[in-house]
Amino acid sequence: MLTGQQTWKFERQPHIISTATIVGPDEAKGPLKDSFDKCYDSLDINEKTWEKAERQLLSEATSLALTKKNLTKDDLQIYVGGDLLNQIITNNFVARELGIPYLGVFGACSTSMEALAIVAQLVSTGAVKKGMAAASSHNCTVEKQFRYPTEYGAQKPPTAQYTITGAGAAVIALDGDGPAIEAATIGKVIDLGITDPFNMGAAMAPAAVDTIIAHMNDMNRTPKDYDLIVTGDLASVGHPIATDLLLKEQVPIQTTQFDDCGLMIYNVSEQPVQAGGSGAGCSAVVTYGHLVDELNKGHLRRVLVVATGALLSPLSFQQGESIPCIAHAVALKGKGVD
Amino acid sequence: MSKQKRKPTKYSKSNLSAVEYQNFAKTKEPPRSLLKNCIMAFLIGGAICCAGQGITELYMYIFKMSKEQASDPTVATLILISVILTSLGIYDRFAQFAGAGSAVPVTGFANSVCSAALEHRSEGLVLGVGGNMFKLAGSVIVFGTVAAFFVGIAYIVFGIGGH
Repeated sequence: MLTGQQTWKFERQPHIISTATIVGPDEAKGPLKDSFDKCYDSLDINEKTWEKAERQLLSEATSLALTKKNLTKDDLQIYVGGDLLNQIITNNFVARELGIPYLGVFGACSTSMEALAIVAQLVSTGAVKKGMAAASSHNCTVEKQFRYPTEYGAQKPPTAQYTITGAGAAVIALDGDGPAIEAATIGKVIDLGITDPFNMGAAMAPAAVDTIIAHMNDMNRTPKDYDLIVTGDLASVGHPIATDLLLKEQVPIQTTQFDDCGLMIYNVSEQPVQAGGSGAGCSAVVTYGHLVDELNKGHLRRVLVVATGALLSPLSFQQGESIPCIAHAVALKGKGVD
Repeated sequence: MSKQKRKPTKYSKSNLSAVEYQNFAKTKEPPRSLLKNCIMAFLIGGAICCAGQGITELYMYIFKMSKEQASDPTVATLILISVILTSLGIYDRFAQFAGAGSAVPVTGFANSVCSAALEHRSEGLVLGVGGNMFKLAGSVIVFGTVAAFFVGIAYIVFGIGGH
């Protein structure tokens, strides 16, 4: 049901009944390594091309999310997924394998929560009984498409972010164990004129702030109502900016834990990831791995995941356009929380 | 969340203008270590050039070549080393701290061609490798040729520049 201007509050709350996360070698060296289902020790994922490698990650994540709960693809009536590649080919090809109704979505790195919000809405309204939401990214496919060839020796500035290699998938249904999805706030495109694609944290921070404020206003909540508010991939440059912007608007963000998936997934000071992680897979693997674990264990009661996306293309950047950004928020709550 | 009724809190949305935000974001950018980059570029770029000089001396000594004769095989050797290091996945890591030191010498040029060729191999030999291997180096060749043209004109007209 629409609540306020931008928020869908689910009267019948769907649950994340199963999740799976598969990551690459750099994520396996990060602090969340134990929360992932499978870590590959090489970026090629035993495939011949980077694109196939990313597809393999997503394919494994989708099938593992099903087999964990003894489900088959026939139990699903919808698959909603997206990635960062042109024409979202990773998801198109995985949907071909799955052979179930499919909606491909693109929200850059906000895709994970965009897909989750859509599936939650479809499940909540009864349009489908069970659905799957997924998102993936691969460091090398993204480098190749958005930046330079992977082996090209260009020095990256400290504001740059490192695209994570990983795929996360979640099965959503009305009945079942697992965190409940309370609400989703669909973001607006915000562009404050940042043009540097090596500083996407700063570009995306205002979008995250806009969505967080919209969510709090629509739901009549304050940050304190959440144990954790986590942005998608603002990293070490964008996340402090978002904190400053929120405090400037008198949003008491300091009353809760405010973190960022791009900072959580790596040891940012030790790993060569510049400002931190990014990519559509970043918020997907952190949410479906670590956060769902913590909610299920009762360590966290309520979490707001605000996945942020920079909606640029290499073409728009080369033509001198600034970076339009978006953020979608999904509110999750643990079992037995009212 | 507590069930008791709470006075609705409405937070105002930011009314920061784009220019104000850009200026604010600028202050939050971690500074690029210009001095360190300059020193690294000087040391590593210099080391690559010294290695090149060493190779020239070696060719002059072993094959009794003149300085001019030894120059082409020296460049070819540096390119070969760069291409091998690129293919082994070493050159890009080295470039992150070497900066301009690894980008400016001929090894950087070789790296740009080799990395693009490797990257697009999966798209086929003609459209993939052939069509893409100069996608980074192409602009260097184009503007290098344009610059050479104007230097040539200046040489004809004024009898200066060129060689």
